[in-house]
Amino acid sequence: MKLPIYMDNHATTPMDPRVLDVMLPYLREDFGNAASRNHVFGWKAEAAVKKARQQVAELIGATDQEIVFTSGATESDNLAIKGVVEYYKSKGDHIITLKTEHKAILDTCKRLERVRQERLDELKLLRLGQLAGRDVSPEEVAELAAKHDLDNDETYKKWAEMPTGGARVTYLDVEKDGRVNLEKLEEAMTPKTVLVSIMFANNEIGVVQPVAEIGALCRKKGVLFHCDAVQGIGKVPFDVEAMKVDLASITSHKMYGPKGIGALYVRRKPRVRIAPIIDGGGHERGMRSGTLNVAAIVGFGHAAQLAREELADEAARILRLREKLRKGLTDALDMTIINGSMEHRLPGNLNISFAHAEGESLMMGIKDVAVSSGSACTSASLEPSYVLRALGVDEELAHSSIRFGLGRFTTEEEVDYVVQLVVDKVRKLRDMSPLYEMAKEGIDLKSIEWTAH
Amino acid sequence: MAYSDKVIDHYENPRNVGTMDKEDPNVGTGLVGAPACGDVMRLQLKISDDGLIEDARFKTFGCGSAIASSSLVTEWVKGKTVDQAMTISNKDVARELALPPVKIHCSVLAEDAIKAAIEDFKKKRAARKAQAS
Repeated sequence: MKLPIYMDNHATTPMDPRVLDVMLPYLREDFGNAASRNHVFGWKAEAAVKKARQQVAELIGATDQEIVFTSGATESDNLAIKGVVEYYKSKGDHIITLKTEHKAILDTCKRLERVRQERLDELKLLRLGQLAGRDVSPEEVAELAAKHDLDNDETYKKWAEMPTGGARVTYLDVEKDGRVNLEKLEEAMTPKTVLVSIMFANNEIGVVQPVAEIGALCRKKGVLFHCDAVQGIGKVPFDVEAMKVDLASITSHKMYGPKGIGALYVRRKPRVRIAPIIDGGGHERGMRSGTLNVAAIVGFGHAAQLAREELADEAARILRLREKLRKGLTDALDMTIINGSMEHRLPGNLNISFAHAEGESLMMGIKDVAVSSGSACTSASLEPSYVLRALGVDEELAHSSIRFGLGRFTTEEEVDYVVQLVVDKVRKLRDMSPLYEMAKEGIDLKSIEWTAH
Repeated sequence: MAYSDKVIDHYENPRNVGTMDKEDPNVGTGLVGAPACGDVMRLQLKISDDGLIEDARFKTFGCGSAIASSSLVTEWVKGKTVDQAMTISNKDVARELALPPVKIHCSVLAEDAIKAAIEDFKKKRAARKAQAS
């Protein structure tokens, strides 16, 4: 067994050697530009891209014309959300998403909220200027707005309802198990709702959302449904027809393909329109300009094909290893909590809190194993994970969480090694932990007045 | 995050981990931090009647820097007088361990723990005196 051991397959996956093999010719002799229509180099590249498009489409039950290649899931998420908001702005400007979505969704939504707010601030300034009969400076707005009561001003109200280019966003809570509540989702929908963006499987806790039910609800309500499907695709079945998904973000490097290439599925029937966020040569049917990364696309396509062919066997094997890991840890250690639904969960995910042993120091103790801390302590921010917080996980437990991500290349031997190592280190940290000692003595940690700092 | 060798050494071989009897009149206990913030440090000092720190023990829930900071101060305070220990500042700890900026607060916690333990000892002694008189 080779150290270090990689168990962070949610962050990225190693490229499958079979994928690299099919890519190499397109980095060497077949280097043509897929947009070159007048020579054989271009034709070869175009044919390779066509095949890959087909392979990616087949993995999700789409047609090749519905696949738009992008640089990855972050771009796909941006394109889907901003593209829909821009294209359908005369219809409405309301988006619904979840508090546990990836930052590529949440930060895109926040930007759209800012755009809308800035536009409203401008309108307010303009209207107050009209009412005051003079130019108004931004500093005067608060004072004048109190005097003129814009909330009841018909002109301002009408202006504020006009398309702003931004959006209003509802960030829905999830249930304790990390899944969306469909009733709350339906309640949140308004006549102005144009898009629901809910992920397929969560990147931290591996919880799989009821995508088919969400799709059915959105279809019934005439709302577009975007699904950030990055973590789940290739690991559990995903079908855009059965699930009534209108837009789906996919990326290659989470399914053993190369990094820097992804796709956005954009439904053709009934037709979904998006405005591009990158302008240029009109590639990808005008939705995403830029010379195609042929070798990466070829690799992505092959990775998609392998994922489709091997999904069932691979999922069963990884699930068995994950269960071995889970059982090994929870049998040996008391006070462990699995975060998120066990039933609706990716086979390779284990997000687990070891109460009273801090996550970052645990990671330091198991430095030969690449995992991710449930808390964001290793980054510049010391805040615990917003996903775990949204599940209502206690802050202390959020600081004590580790995300294990098993994948195609995880071996049984590695799992055995990791179980032993983690058990030893958690015990060592707990021996050093005043909280564990207090908990063992029966002291209620909540009853103590802690000194915040 | 890349830690200094000193942090790693204290993390892997923590000095003076343990628990003292907090009812002992010569033991001062300082418990600082909060579980919600991700670190809690408990420092205990055994102090002679004439104010000499004879022994020190810690237990810490927290990151590698928090463990290293508390381990380091147990080494530093031993053999010092209470007054000398009070002069140990978080800057000394941060410098000695070469803590990255985001981890400076671990050293602040260590300084606070020393002060809290001494404070606890002083309170106990005052209570004892009041009882005796």
